[in-house]
Amino acid sequence: MGKAELPLHAPGTQLDRGYIGQSVPRPNAQRLLQGRGTFTDDLRFPRLAHVAFFRSPYAHARIRKLDFKSALRAPGVIAVLDGRAVAEYCTPWVAVLAHLKGIKSPPQHAIAIERACWQGEACAAVVAESRSQAEDAVALIEAEWQELPAVVDMDDALRGKSVIHPELGDNICFRREHDTGGVDDAFAAADVVVEETFHFGRHTGVCLEGRAILADYNAAEHSLTVYHATQAPHMMQDIFSRHLGIPEASVRVITKDVGGSFGIKVHVYPDEMATAAISVMLRRPVKFVADRLESFVSDIHAREHKAKVRLAVSKSGEILAFELDDVTAIGPYSVYPRTSGIEGNQVVNLTGGPYKHQKYRARMHVVFTNKNVTCQYRAVGHPIAVALTEGIVDLAAQKLGMDPAEFRRRNLIADDAYPYTFPSGIKFEKLSHHKALDLLLKKMDYPALREEQKRLRAQGVYRGIGLAAMIEVTNPSPAFYGVGGARISAQDGATLRLEPTGMLTVMCSVTEQGQGTEAIFAQIAASAVGVSLEKVRVITGDTGITPYGGGTWASRGAGIGGEAVLLAGRALRSNMLDIAAAILKTDKSELDIAANAVVHKLTTEKKLDLAELGRIAYFRPDTLPPEFQSELTVTRHYTPRQYGFTFTNGIQASHVEVDPDTGFVRLLKHWCVEDSGTVINPMLVDEQLRGGVVQGIGAALFEECLYGPDGQLLNGNLADYLVPMALEMPDIVCAHLETPTQQSQLGAKGVGEAGTAGAPGAVMNAINDALLPLDARVTAMPFTPERILKALKKV
Amino acid sequence: MDTAVETTLTVNGTTLTRRIEPRVHLVDFLRDELGLTGSHIGCEHGVCGACTVRVNGEIVRGCLMLAVQADGCKVETVEGLSDSRELEKLQKAFHERNALQCGFCTPGMLMAAQDLLNAGGKPSREEIRTHISGNYCRCTGYQAIVDAIEDCLNGQG
Repeated sequence: MGKAELPLHAPGTQLDRGYIGQSVPRPNAQRLLQGRGTFTDDLRFPRLAHVAFFRSPYAHARIRKLDFKSALRAPGVIAVLDGRAVAEYCTPWVAVLAHLKGIKSPPQHAIAIERACWQGEACAAVVAESRSQAEDAVALIEAEWQELPAVVDMDDALRGKSVIHPELGDNICFRREHDTGGVDDAFAAADVVVEETFHFGRHTGVCLEGRAILADYNAAEHSLTVYHATQAPHMMQDIFSRHLGIPEASVRVITKDVGGSFGIKVHVYPDEMATAAISVMLRRPVKFVADRLESFVSDIHAREHKAKVRLAVSKSGEILAFELDDVTAIGPYSVYPRTSGIEGNQVVNLTGGPYKHQKYRARMHVVFTNKNVTCQYRAVGHPIAVALTEGIVDLAAQKLGMDPAEFRRRNLIADDAYPYTFPSGIKFEKLSHHKALDLLLKKMDYPALREEQKRLRAQGVYRGIGLAAMIEVTNPSPAFYGVGGARISAQDGATLRLEPTGMLTVMCSVTEQGQGTEAIFAQIAASAVGVSLEKVRVITGDTGITPYGGGTWASRGAGIGGEAVLLAGRALRSNMLDIAAAILKTDKSELDIAANAVVHKLTTEKKLDLAELGRIAYFRPDTLPPEFQSELTVTRHYTPRQYGFTFTNGIQASHVEVDPDTGFVRLLKHWCVEDSGTVINPMLVDEQLRGGVVQGIGAALFEECLYGPDGQLLNGNLADYLVPMALEMPDIVCAHLETPTQQSQLGAKGVGEAGTAGAPGAVMNAINDALLPLDARVTAMPFTPERILKALKKV
Repeated sequence: MDTAVETTLTVNGTTLTRRIEPRVHLVDFLRDELGLTGSHIGCEHGVCGACTVRVNGEIVRGCLMLAVQADGCKVETVEGLSDSRELEKLQKAFHERNALQCGFCTPGMLMAAQDLLNAGGKPSREEIRTHISGNYCRCTGYQAIVDAIEDCLNGQG
């Protein structure tokens, strides 16, 4: 596909690239600013029933008996249901993908039957007139348990002394090995070999809005409408249809405002499936909203990797080979339908990604444990791959006595080397590592910071500078899920309709959770059609209205959904010009559209208001030639075809001060240079980066789901589980490079996950840089004061 | 057994009397009884600040106060302060700076920020960050929020 003819409009129309590249505020933010948004929990329905779940107090236990007698007598209770009752309405699932060869997982039910495999797994449901009544009745359920051995540690899981699912033979969900060959020779020939084992704690998304679903079954139609805080309405439509036995077209998923998602709300959750099944069973609307405590034990967790990495380097600082051995623990089930094998797979794909070595060997195990499930959370695998790559690269530079920026410059893939195939097999269309490094060093005034660091060290102040270069998966093709058999659309669609008043309605399958999807679609549509921004209304999140598509995940909204909007906009503009030509009895080639009017292409003289065009097309087609039919609604779809993923690149830097007496880390500043192709709205891109960086900082410094040896979550509340607060966060400087992808006309790549991908590695390197003169080093995230003091041998 | 307590309070300028169960939190009462869904529930244990409302001029956690404790009180929510236009400057600055993404924390954040503006004075960036540290935001990384509040303090909002 060729490049868009930019400017999108004829010279002289003053529109140039239109709104593309402008920092316009998001129109849909207005309602949220007045508290007049509609989150799922804000909906009010007649005959609405509320569900609360009885969750396993044990990490692994047989359910010997559930006694519902007292619960059923409690005020307001409508029904109390066990796993078998719900299973009659909802079939179980198995989360495997064909392209992850050998991945295995047992069938999972909406509500556990016979056995609970993690603390927090739903084992019964109480339906009542109010949530508080349902919760009261949950407390009255009497259960008899037989505790089973809990596999909590990933090494124990790998050894397999105790097997969680005996029918699977061992605790290994998935393994992958990759070898380019020549690795041993490269290590033998190396002047320097460095090795390190990095630990990545489990953490979770902590969306401020808990998971929320309101399912409304209509028994007369055998239809189901689900109001669902999800990132992927069409995926959920398919899943509700297949597992509840309702024809696909009779399931409608509506996503209203969503209070944060970050990948947490793109998965199938047993309690949500149970809620939908209960609506069918009881023939009435039923709502479930996860409260904070149950969010911690039932929202997916992420990360929990232990990765040993080795690097072979020459004296001159050339990376010769990477070797990786990664283990990740995912809980007792692979999560449906994306599987929990993807994060480990990504770590294998991405490790060493920015660099030009050709020798690479990796081994990776995904193991089952009796803890809450893990799955894809913002930046999936990238924070692991980036941190271990950048951590070992810094160690190599240190061993060689080379400046870390200079070491990177020698090894980053050259900006003119593309297209390029990385030794893990992934392909890069075009990246800009060297430009990004240069821009970053300039933005942060790297030499001055190094000078300052030296000066302050002499005064006993320990500051550190950490760099993290990265590559990032965006705009995925069907190579991500579709080829493995998952019914997840890699394509997205947009419908554009010119209204009789000349306003423009955009309906797109990509969803909005605050990233600004609807705002950028309005910008693209307005620019492509030739109307002003205030004329555009955008509708997303309704399978009954929008075209079919994948939704929001893997940094794909702008690049894929945005391209669909652009294609539809250009087609609609062409149709509008056909009508204008018929009305004006002029040749179409002489006309253009700009600023809400049909204009003469060369003179830009205004010929016809779009409101007048709309009036004639809809209400007075009798005045048009008899054979003429106007078409003011256009739908177009887009899916990337040439590359499996449209990789982006970026580089971050963190500047910190470590207090060696307390172990506290003060974040002084953070820089982020990102090349996400065509930037549609620079402000929104910056804000995606900043928000992402802060989530990455959370992983680096604060956030960890701590489990005891019995598999009990020890800090499952917002007081004990720490997330970044305003006071602790630094100002974050963002800068952009634009290397548009040639696969689409828009040229946009993704950006939503970049901040989270790079920040943990940058912070880790900054802390270790600060600790260098103290002969201490940390490699286990999060870097709590305790861990830093231990590294300093002070505790 | 009827344990409800007759409670009279003024919400966004309207005085009303309701029989309220003592266990009901103020934010649940506002949302479920009055349909004022602008105040959000993020943690129900007083940490995240999403339920922040104003009671007798002080910002409080709507999840840590019982509705019956608001007897005789003047309660203000984001809906009321939007209609009275008290939040207008902040809302404009938040909009222009994109100081919100999903918008779930925003009503509480605006309550906290307005509290700072009403206190007068010229707080530093660090003082702004301190003041809003009881309000969690998972989307923005806070910088745009600090910028927006600073704009209002500088009269640019």
